[in-house]
Amino acid sequence: MNQVPRQPRRVVADKITMAHGGGGKAMRDLIEDVFTSVFCPPGMEDQARLMDAAITVPGARLAFTTDSFVVFPMEFPGGDIGKIAVCGTVNDLAVGGAVPLWLSAAFIIEEGVDIATLRRIAASMQKAAKEAGVSIVTGDTKVVGKGSGDGVFITTSGVGVIAPDRNLLAETVQPGDVAIVNGVLGDHGAAILAARGDMALSTKIPSDCQPLNQLMEAVLAAAPDTRVARDATRGGLASALNEIADAAEIGIEIGEDLLPLRTEVKGVCEILGLDPLYLANEGTLVVFVPEDQADAALAAMQTCEAGRDAVIIGKATKQHPRTVVMKTVFGGLRIVDMLVGEQLPRIC
Amino acid sequence: MNYADEFRDPVKAKGVLGAITRIVDELDATKEKPIYIMEICGGHTHAIFRYGLDKLTPPGLEFIHGPGCPVCVLPMSRVDECVEIAENPNVIFTTFGDAMRVPGTKKSLMQAKADGADIRMVYSPLDALELARRNPDREVVFFGLGFETTTPSTALSILQAESDGLTNFTIFCNHIMVPPPIKALLDDPHMILDGFVGPGHVSMVIGIRPYDFIARDYGKPIVVAGFEPLDLLQSVLMVLEQIRDGRAEVENQYSRIVPDDGNPVSIAACEKVYEPRPTFEWRGLGEIDASGLRIRDRYKAFDAEIKFDIGYGRNNVFTAEQEGCACGDVMTGRIKPHACPQFGKGCTPEMPLGALMVSSEGACAAYYQYGGLELESVE
Repeated sequence: MNQVPRQPRRVVADKITMAHGGGGKAMRDLIEDVFTSVFCPPGMEDQARLMDAAITVPGARLAFTTDSFVVFPMEFPGGDIGKIAVCGTVNDLAVGGAVPLWLSAAFIIEEGVDIATLRRIAASMQKAAKEAGVSIVTGDTKVVGKGSGDGVFITTSGVGVIAPDRNLLAETVQPGDVAIVNGVLGDHGAAILAARGDMALSTKIPSDCQPLNQLMEAVLAAAPDTRVARDATRGGLASALNEIADAAEIGIEIGEDLLPLRTEVKGVCEILGLDPLYLANEGTLVVFVPEDQADAALAAMQTCEAGRDAVIIGKATKQHPRTVVMKTVFGGLRIVDMLVGEQLPRIC
Repeated sequence: MNYADEFRDPVKAKGVLGAITRIVDELDATKEKPIYIMEICGGHTHAIFRYGLDKLTPPGLEFIHGPGCPVCVLPMSRVDECVEIAENPNVIFTTFGDAMRVPGTKKSLMQAKADGADIRMVYSPLDALELARRNPDREVVFFGLGFETTTPSTALSILQAESDGLTNFTIFCNHIMVPPPIKALLDDPHMILDGFVGPGHVSMVIGIRPYDFIARDYGKPIVVAGFEPLDLLQSVLMVLEQIRDGRAEVENQYSRIVPDDGNPVSIAACEKVYEPRPTFEWRGLGEIDASGLRIRDRYKAFDAEIKFDIGYGRNNVFTAEQEGCACGDVMTGRIKPHACPQFGKGCTPEMPLGALMVSSEGACAAYYQYGGLELESVE
């Protein structure tokens, strides 16, 4: 008997119902139509069997990371929950020195979500994955009743490979090392705040959400002794710097006048009494490099789209170990502590 | 002009700081025998630390951090009463975010929320009013908290609720006023203050005349100030000039925002809705006569104290503070935050014992966050 090529299955409903999580036809159609047809080449099974030449290089190590995303609202200027879910995990791998290769994506979907919204999220995930050069190779969907979730929650895990000669570690930062950020601070936090509409702010700040793996490769090529990189997500730059100061037992001094900030973000912070150092970013990282490689690292960043606005913001110091301080525009010094409590809930 | 950078010009600041240092020297003030200036408002305290102004001014000038942080002066018994109202199953309790972490004797609002109470953060009482409209079968309570700055918006929400005919919206009124605690501080026999930097946003509502008694009856200068670093430095300079010249006057540095007579519309709305309570408890300062506001009988339908039978003072007012907590001594300027035995040990912003550690406007939180160390720049 001749086998007829199977037609791709289609979802007919326009909203998610509990049936889409029931394990039957409705679920199969949803997964095939909305997710796997977008992410995967046909024929991929649920358990991905993966191979990449980089894994077999002697001394290479696997990097593995996972992250959950619950951002509200799900769609905002400059991105959506799907884009963040891909970029966040890609960036986690990238700042560890890994080349990201494969992602998983698990969705918890609340009853009543529009299928059209899911399609937009899936398309945006695939676009971000393509930009970052990674594949979404496995996934899962669950449906929860109305009121038991809030729209869509996504968990992505990622696998990457770290080349044998790479060892990025916060502990290796030494006094004199230079801190560089790739661009303006706080855009994501400000974008989410404005998108919530609570404040009736008329500004349209786009989130900085973007993959940073190509930027990291450029930095590591130009400054091979790069000590450490951190993406400044929740808790902002202040938290990233404090983690490094703590691990390396060094002090860090940054200059207020050196911090790259958009006028609109400054304005939002002024109005609402927020500090941009604590605002979340989704495409901003800080690297520490030896002083003699700082110019090369900076120049390499500036050639990348994600690093056009890169600047040096400060350096590691012997003084005040485990403490981050900022020289204010007045020449006064103040401590930049870790964030206490939450500045804004559900930002990623 | 974008009103963000002009008032942070380092060159101008240097000039003002030079003038401040010259007067402090002329007055022979030293670290051991300084001139004490109280910034009344918590927003000023925060700005002083955020910009490191206390490190830039000469040692002969000392800032005493005043009682102008509404979260910090809220007595624990009132937090307990908030929790009591909020734990009523039919209530949606709405509050400004800063009040969430203030410890009560049993729990904070944040803990009550985790225990299941429906507590929501709002940015304005009008958001609470909107919740009441959308949830006609629930009781929506707004935690009215703050000085004259926030008092008018609460009054307007009551007037709006009345004109909309809402019956499920009430205010738990804890609004307080700035002048009474200043009078209480000035009446304290141990008072050491030489002058005041007055609150800018409060004065935008009430004007500068309510401070006349400070100059007239107590002979102390006061300058109403803006919140940018240059505003603050200029105001300090104006206070010092008054001291040097032997003057005691009410001056207005923040005239770009503060009209001398305040905002008549806001004042009228407040007069209509509130009346002074005979007395109100301030955490760390005790009972102060006519320092708090309650909702007039005419609007009692919107008073959560009546609807939920809370009243005022039922819970044995003047609750004991947590053991070892010296918030009161810090607030009156008797000790600096780091002189409190609990500072940074039993009391941190993550696990506050006293209210001054809770709000970012509290003196202890500001010390902890910005000024915990004597710092030296690497350059």
